[in-house]
Amino acid sequence: MADVNRDDAFVVFDRVQKSYDGETLVVKDLNLSMPRGEFLTMLGPSGSGKTTCLMMLAGFETATHGEILLGGKPINNIPPHKRGIGMVFQNYALFPHMTVAENLSFPLEVRGIDKSTREGKIKRALDMVQMGQFGNRRPAQLSGGQQQRIALARALVFEPELVLMDEPLGALDKQLREHMQFEITRLAHELGITTVYVTHDQTEALTMSDRVAVFDDGRIQQLAAPDTLYEEPQNSFVAQFIGENNTLEGVITAIKGDLCEVKLDSGEIIDAKPVNVSEVGQRTRVSIRPERVEMNRSRLQAGAHTLKAEVLEFIYMGDIFRTRLRVAGNEDFVVKTRNAPDQVRTEPGQQIEIGWLPQDCRALDA
Amino acid sequence: MTDATANGKPQMLTTADGKPLKEALNRAQARARRKAFLLVLPLLAFILITFVTPIAQMLHQSVYNEGFVMHEDIGSGERTPIMTNIKTWFDENPAGTEPNEEAFAALHKDFLLLRELRAPGQAGTRVNYERGGSRSMFTKTARRAERMEAPYMEAFLDVDEEWTDPELWRVMRDASSAYTFNFYLAALDRTKNVDGEIVNVDENRQIYVKLFARTLFLSVLITFLTFLLGYPIAHLLATLPLRYSNLLMIFVLLPFWTSLLVRTTSWMVLLQSQGVVNDALVGMGLLGDDNRLQMMYNQIGTVVAMTHILLPFMVLPLYSVMRPINPSYVRAARSLGATSWTAFRRIYFPQTVPGIGAGALLVFILAVGYYITPALVGGADGQLISNLIAFHMQNSLNWSLAAALAALLLAGILILYWLYDRLIGIDNLKLG
Ligand SMILES: Nc1ncnc2c1ncn2[C@@H]1O[C@H](COP(=O)(O)OP(=O)(O)O)[C@@H](O)[C@H]1O
Ligand SMILES: [Mg+2]
Repeated sequence: MADVNRDDAFVVFDRVQKSYDGETLVVKDLNLSMPRGEFLTMLGPSGSGKTTCLMMLAGFETATHGEILLGGKPINNIPPHKRGIGMVFQNYALFPHMTVAENLSFPLEVRGIDKSTREGKIKRALDMVQMGQFGNRRPAQLSGGQQQRIALARALVFEPELVLMDEPLGALDKQLREHMQFEITRLAHELGITTVYVTHDQTEALTMSDRVAVFDDGRIQQLAAPDTLYEEPQNSFVAQFIGENNTLEGVITAIKGDLCEVKLDSGEIIDAKPVNVSEVGQRTRVSIRPERVEMNRSRLQAGAHTLKAEVLEFIYMGDIFRTRLRVAGNEDFVVKTRNAPDQVRTEPGQQIEIGWLPQDCRALDA
Repeated sequence: MTDATANGKPQMLTTADGKPLKEALNRAQARARRKAFLLVLPLLAFILITFVTPIAQMLHQSVYNEGFVMHEDIGSGERTPIMTNIKTWFDENPAGTEPNEEAFAALHKDFLLLRELRAPGQAGTRVNYERGGSRSMFTKTARRAERMEAPYMEAFLDVDEEWTDPELWRVMRDASSAYTFNFYLAALDRTKNVDGEIVNVDENRQIYVKLFARTLFLSVLITFLTFLLGYPIAHLLATLPLRYSNLLMIFVLLPFWTSLLVRTTSWMVLLQSQGVVNDALVGMGLLGDDNRLQMMYNQIGTVVAMTHILLPFMVLPLYSVMRPINPSYVRAARSLGATSWTAFRRIYFPQTVPGIGAGALLVFILAVGYYITPALVGGADGQLISNLIAFHMQNSLNWSLAAALAALLLAGILILYWLYDRLIGIDNLKLG
């Protein structure tokens, strides 16, 4: 999946660069190919160039360098209205002087579709987002969540093959957002639309997407399925950005097969899996997920190695315990353990021993 | 509670100490209301004195002229009724009755009083408003009134044989009551004939209706031109980054900071036949030296100068509605398949209509009442109705006619405002 053949890819960014001012590159060397029907999320901190990529795809910005292909054809010279791309904006951009039905009718009217066909399609689109009753309302008379649904229906009503969404759920409260995440993925899969979704919320990215492209500094840091992204981050930015992560800093002292030896700054020596480090003497950040650390000695598997730790904080969260520890000089080392009968409950100040498997421990760039 | 529902009547709500709730609420709020009223009182008084009173006075003046019924001594302020005898005769005889000896006798008595009060000019002027040449007849007759003897009809005709003119008697009859609509008739190029029927005035004396029409036409034209010029400017201002648009805004506002006279005269410098524009055209050989364009002292001058002067009033409301329009609306329209023209026509433009309405209303109302610019650059056929109002205020001193013209102008504007409210809705107005 990661390397879709460029020839049958639906959307292709080929060495795309973008600069607004001729001095700095906002997008640096973007390469991406998406197969038909994929739900791809661009995830990254604010200012990392996600919107810019979307705007280039939609035709509102031109690429400074490189080529964008849609269905195998370069689109750099096709005006936005001929690209046939549905788009959902962060502020919804529902036309305030039109009713909901008129909003949905607009893309059909400009395509010259006759009235009765239009009405049928509008009704179906509204029903699809469970807003059938609201055709005669104005956008201002709808709640945020309802406006969101209408924006979605409007982007889908003319049956585009590609839909772009720029942080469409950013303005909604948590509960509504989770509900809409589910709705959007359901619709996208039911209709078989190719979707490019932009968000800065990593949970959203992980739960919704087939693949996630993690953006930082104008580059894709990693492009992978959610589980791969979480379990096998390719560099420390991705490890840090996706999910919760513990880092221990040190220097590579030896490389032996698929493991390497790291001497932490506090003196301890641990084994880790080398990911994007290759030389002895290189500085590294060792990344380990909080749920892969064990605090109960009896549950440690063979081959795990152990480290001393001091409990700084113990938080009871019901289903899990969250323990903050001082480990090898790092005071923000977090361990999450499932609330099970044989699990230890610690108290601040307690000296304990923790352990993990070397293969859960990834040596990344510093 | 149960009692109240039992007999089907809602129980009157009371406060804790048993007083009716409504009364208590009223009392509690009365103090706050009194305070609020006292706070706005100065403003209310100011508006009453400077705005409502003058307009009311103007409206009164337009239907009330006592030049033929009352004399007020300038020195003592003493008021003396005049022309009372002839008034009695008018009351006793129906309109259209030919003046008889009795009538002239009454008139003679009144002229004696006029002579004593030195007021024949005043009464004559009032008649003169509706019938030219009457003022001199009055003064002439008054000079000889003391020497007149019965039969008075002959004596009057001796002084001036026009004294039996039915038109004159019709005007005197109308003028003998201070309240009259004749000034409105005059303002609409109408008058009464001898029988009191309303007819058009002579064709070569019909000026006001034509002038109203011209004022209306030029104002609409100027409004439209400011819209044509102002819309792109406002759009540019609204879409440019703030630091550029602020600079441009200064250029738009610059005319506000220069005196109206300076702006108007600078247009004169540009447009006159020996002016910059003509010189340039002649210099480039586009125009012969002997047929320079006449762009000043005609309607072109009025239109050009007023369009320029009123442009900011169009740009500012437009800008204020355009600035908050999120560019994502047009982008959304484009992504939905609309060409940029369709996106403009169906998405952007409708959202700017409140600004257009406000700008057009402002410019139009200002243009309809504009005075200085047409007076300076308008020449004869670039004059607007306000110039004529000013003429009657300052030169002919026919204040009642000036007031009637102004009242008609006011009524016209109010009707347009009402129409605007019906068609577009005043709530949609966005002035800034
Ligand atoms: N129209 C523009 N003109 C100039 N710079 C822009 C413009 N749009 C975005 N940028 C800059 O490009 C960078 C990336 O922006 P954007 O693509 O909006 O990031 P994201 O959507 O990931 O938050 C930012 O530093 C932003 O300031
Ligand atoms: Mg963005």
